[in-house]
Amino acid sequence: MADTKIVAPKEGPATQFWNWLTETQVWTSVFRHDRPNTDRNRVLVMLSNVFLHLHPVRIRKSGVKLRYTWCMGGLTFFLFLSLTLTGLLLMFYYRPTLEYAYTDIVGLREHVPLGIMREMHRWGAHAMVITVWLHMFRVFMTGSYKPPREFNWSVGVIMLVLTLLLSFTGYLLPWDQLAIWAITVGSNMARATPFLGHEGPGAQLLRLGDVPLIHAADDARFALLGGTFVGEGALLRFYVLHCVGLPLVIAVLMAVHFWRVRKDGGISGPM
Amino acid sequence: MGFLKGLANSIADPRLFFLLAVGALLLAVWKRETVASNGVGYGLLGFLGLFFLFGTFDANFRLIVTKPDNVPIVGLIFLLLFFVWYSIREGVLNDRRIAAGNGPIEKAESDRVWVWPDLVYTELISLILCSVVLIVWSIFLKAPLEQPANPANTPNPSKAPWYFLGLQEMLVYFDPWLAGVVLPSLIIVGLICIPYIDKNPKGNGYYTFVERKAEITIFLFGFAVLWASLIVLGTFLRGPNWNFFGPFEFWDIHKLAALTNVDLSEYIWVRGLRTGLPQQWYIREIFGILLVLFYVFALPVILAKGLFKTYYEKLGAPRYYVATFLFLMMMSLPMKMLARWIFNLKYIVHISEFFFNI
Ligand code: HEM
Repeated sequence: MADTKIVAPKEGPATQFWNWLTETQVWTSVFRHDRPNTDRNRVLVMLSNVFLHLHPVRIRKSGVKLRYTWCMGGLTFFLFLSLTLTGLLLMFYYRPTLEYAYTDIVGLREHVPLGIMREMHRWGAHAMVITVWLHMFRVFMTGSYKPPREFNWSVGVIMLVLTLLLSFTGYLLPWDQLAIWAITVGSNMARATPFLGHEGPGAQLLRLGDVPLIHAADDARFALLGGTFVGEGALLRFYVLHCVGLPLVIAVLMAVHFWRVRKDGGISGPM
Repeated sequence: MGFLKGLANSIADPRLFFLLAVGALLLAVWKRETVASNGVGYGLLGFLGLFFLFGTFDANFRLIVTKPDNVPIVGLIFLLLFFVWYSIREGVLNDRRIAAGNGPIEKAESDRVWVWPDLVYTELISLILCSVVLIVWSIFLKAPLEQPANPANTPNPSKAPWYFLGLQEMLVYFDPWLAGVVLPSLIIVGLICIPYIDKNPKGNGYYTFVERKAEITIFLFGFAVLWASLIVLGTFLRGPNWNFFGPFEFWDIHKLAALTNVDLSEYIWVRGLRTGLPQQWYIREIFGILLVLFYVFALPVILAKGLFKTYYEKLGAPRYYVATFLFLMMMSLPMKMLARWIFNLKYIVHISEFFFNI
């Protein structure tokens, strides 16, 4: 399908090199079509590239405008990817135990020259919380949750909650004063869960004779923390959720979300 | 200088702060034609920018605003102000087009364009800009690391991560089982319900205000006033012992706040009927319980016949009752706030026997 290329004498070495490169077997094995400057190739680039094929081939003019989407969903996704990458790098240096957690973070800061991975990860996480909110706000203000996109809105809400939980579980990992007290304040709420928290309304009603079924060592907060206070158990639990559990779930939901954006008729617009 | 700071400190008082936020929302919605002009939007942003610039010369202000984890919230304030203004503006512009018979701008842009290059390049540029911002931010602002965790040493104030500070602020008015468990769950459920409750077919896929007045006003109230402004309040204006501190005020651990809150039962039995509090909880709290039952079960029915009649007819009973229940739950926060501020009301129902306090 590659058109024959005429290497005219006027073309400089860069163009000649480019023409040669794009005709090598290696190049043509990777990219199965010419540059996307004809309609045919613009279709092909979308259909043959696994990353680009999340997109349709063509899209409403209003939908590509920053004015309409603010690119907030896209930025949220990008921040998630960059958090995955920086998080992976941090995992090389970090051990989730009372003995090492704090010192590993100190080490990261003292021994890695010009290191900004921790910063990229932390500020990226803050930014992602903000972009998810703004994305939701945009979707609301354009009425894009209305039929046929109701379900995708619901998937979005779950992802919003997961984003907050990811941020929350990550907050504990540096194991400094800021971390454990923020998580203590946050997780204390679980104590008051109706029926399931030992200080929640109704919990006292759940008893067998004199034996209370819900107490500090088996209630909702205990399940969250793996203990009665923010300690070793909580650190491990939060670590596993933060690095494996929640990212997996949110990644699956993102796949559903993007799929549904396409299946619900692409980016919304007036009928 | 001193006068301006004093003024800012008193405006930031939770009561005034909250009422001003509500007022600002109503004004923005009512006077949206004016608000939509560029002058107002950029003027507001500029004013806010000047305020922060002015603030950085003050040691107390600087201390709290430059705490590394608070910096994103400063960004959030600007972004939120901008995007709320921007989406109202786009709505107003579209409403003018619709009124003139042209249909929303998105309608005029219904033609299809190639994703490559039109969308792919926009995405690439956004991605690069976002990376640049993130990298520069990371180079200039170190991630915080405090003393190693010490369970024996509780910092004062102890704050949850900033995105939960709206919930922590609710703890001033509600017990943890409501502020920390029931209301957050209802927020999630409520958000999920929105598309199933909202039957208005108009305003699907374009900015508009006129076609969705009530929906947008209610959402803005929940999102911008309750959620966002309480986060700002909880982050910047709550200090030791969760006392209020103005933006230019020193966080004094010994600041005293009078705790003179009174339960509804005491108001009625002791101050009203001049008897003691009855022994049994169900007699003692009967008025509060009736009030809550009325609010949750009777009020929706009464509203369906009166104020919300048109909604009842439009939505049908199931949607109407779910929507009204969620709406009343949302409004319970500002109601409780007002009751606290005006009557020093502590609990409406206070059954400490079962940890059941409302
Ligand atoms: C992890 C978080 C999320 C990611 C990565 C994400 C990503 C995206 C992307 C890339 C789009 C395409 C259009 C755009 O960029 O605006 C989109 C559309 C959409 N999102 Fe999300 N989203 C997330 C969270 C949410 C949330 C919290 C909601 C709502 C509560 C939501 C509801 C929707 C809906 C209804 C659409 C279709 C909009 C339309 O067709 O105009 N998403 N999302």
